[in-house]
Amino acid sequence: MEMRAAFHKKLREIQDEVLALGSMVSKATLRSIDALKNRDLELARQIVSDDKKINQRRFEIEEKCIELIATQQPMASDLRIIVAVLNIVTELERIGDHAEGIARIAIMIGDEPPLKPLIDIPRMAEQVVYMLHRSLDALVNRDAEAARRIVAEDDIIDQLYDQVFRELLTFMLEDPRTITRATRLIWVAHNLERSGDRVTNICERVVFVVTGKMEEIGASKY
Amino acid sequence: MSIELDMLDTAQKLGEECVIKLRAERVNLYYGSFQALRNITLDIPSCAITAIIGPSGCGKSSLLRVFNRMNDLIPGARVEGNVELDGLPIYNTKIDVFALRKRVGMVFQKPNPFPMSVFENVAFGPRRHGVKSRAELEEIVEKSLRQAALWEEVKDKLGQSALALSGGQQQRLCIARVLAVEPEVILMDEPCSALDPLATLKIEDLMRSLSKEYTIVIVTHNMQQAARVSDMVAFIMMEPDRAGVLVEYGPTAQIFTNPKDKRTEDYITGRFG
Repeated sequence: MEMRAAFHKKLREIQDEVLALGSMVSKATLRSIDALKNRDLELARQIVSDDKKINQRRFEIEEKCIELIATQQPMASDLRIIVAVLNIVTELERIGDHAEGIARIAIMIGDEPPLKPLIDIPRMAEQVVYMLHRSLDALVNRDAEAARRIVAEDDIIDQLYDQVFRELLTFMLEDPRTITRATRLIWVAHNLERSGDRVTNICERVVFVVTGKMEEIGASKY
Repeated sequence: MSIELDMLDTAQKLGEECVIKLRAERVNLYYGSFQALRNITLDIPSCAITAIIGPSGCGKSSLLRVFNRMNDLIPGARVEGNVELDGLPIYNTKIDVFALRKRVGMVFQKPNPFPMSVFENVAFGPRRHGVKSRAELEEIVEKSLRQAALWEEVKDKLGQSALALSGGQQQRLCIARVLAVEPEVILMDEPCSALDPLATLKIEDLMRSLSKEYTIVIVTHNMQQAARVSDMVAFIMMEPDRAGVLVEYGPTAQIFTNPKDKRTEDYITGRFG
């Protein structure tokens, strides 16, 4: 017989809110690249301002977790999921910050002529979001194996980052006047690379929820 | 099913001097034809607090009473298997049960002071064990009351009736009464279930301070209490025939953060009870 139905319902609600936060963050990531690609400064400013909502949401989830710890004395897997959520919302909030960072770079670039068509950077963003969605699925499904597989995919992001870096380097070597624009694009790629690492941190927390073990699964090259 | 605990591992965590104080090996307990405990194997370390948790009626208190042969007092009770105190089999027919219960004291659910003065309550045990000198008794009473963190509150009313003390004070008096005969092990059967939260915290604090010198085994319904005070936790559950079995035994932090057995997990997270 379920003895703590109300408590477990609250836990599920917190988990749903983590998914909602994850969705806000992945949307911000993709839109920041749209703003960059389309020189859409209005959208970029919107992303910067929306980041406050992401931060707010993260604090709300934290407060709910603290309330459950204080009032319900969670144990075992209940305790682990709450601790994991506290970490995961921090990671999500930081991914949101990286999206905001990209939006700010887009504003900085303004309507300068594009250095080159963006190909690998949007790919990086798509890979980040693809991994992020599945990491949260793994959380919901308590699937440690899926989480481990996602961590391995961070290499794809690292490889794209290398590629972007090498390509932009050639532009800079050929024509020093491109240095400012190229450097800004490297910053964008760097933000995405960091986001990928944060998704792997989320995956490590999923493994913790399932197995109770804290382990670093894959160390990023960067 | 038997659960062997890696004592070396536990000893390292609890400190070098930890040894196996109590050992139950394949213990079965019957009340007449009813089997209350089945195949319990458990090593209880010294200088630590071991909590026994589990749903109502699973045999927690029965197991506790196995360790000082209190079940002997129940007609039809029968114990199979081996139970040892410091390697000495306590169900050996030659054992002096009176001496055993001096070494393995017990504190009960409801404070049960004798209807006599505070002083006489604590002096009662030592007197029965032959201490006659007034000076010696006074020394034992003060020492025991101090150990039970009660001295400051009762030192000016040692001659008053123990029944006039508050519930929490009465329970600490019962602990002092146990300490007065210098036991090695203290068994506590839900010692705080009749106490308010503050009195409960005081007893828990007292248990922690006593655990350095005594082996404490506590049965508790309160999982948070087990989590707060104990070093080791044993989870007992009923099988379909209502006999209690040991499901899991391990360090407290592990049991409450990452239990190995699904049944432990379900019990401590309230998914069944």
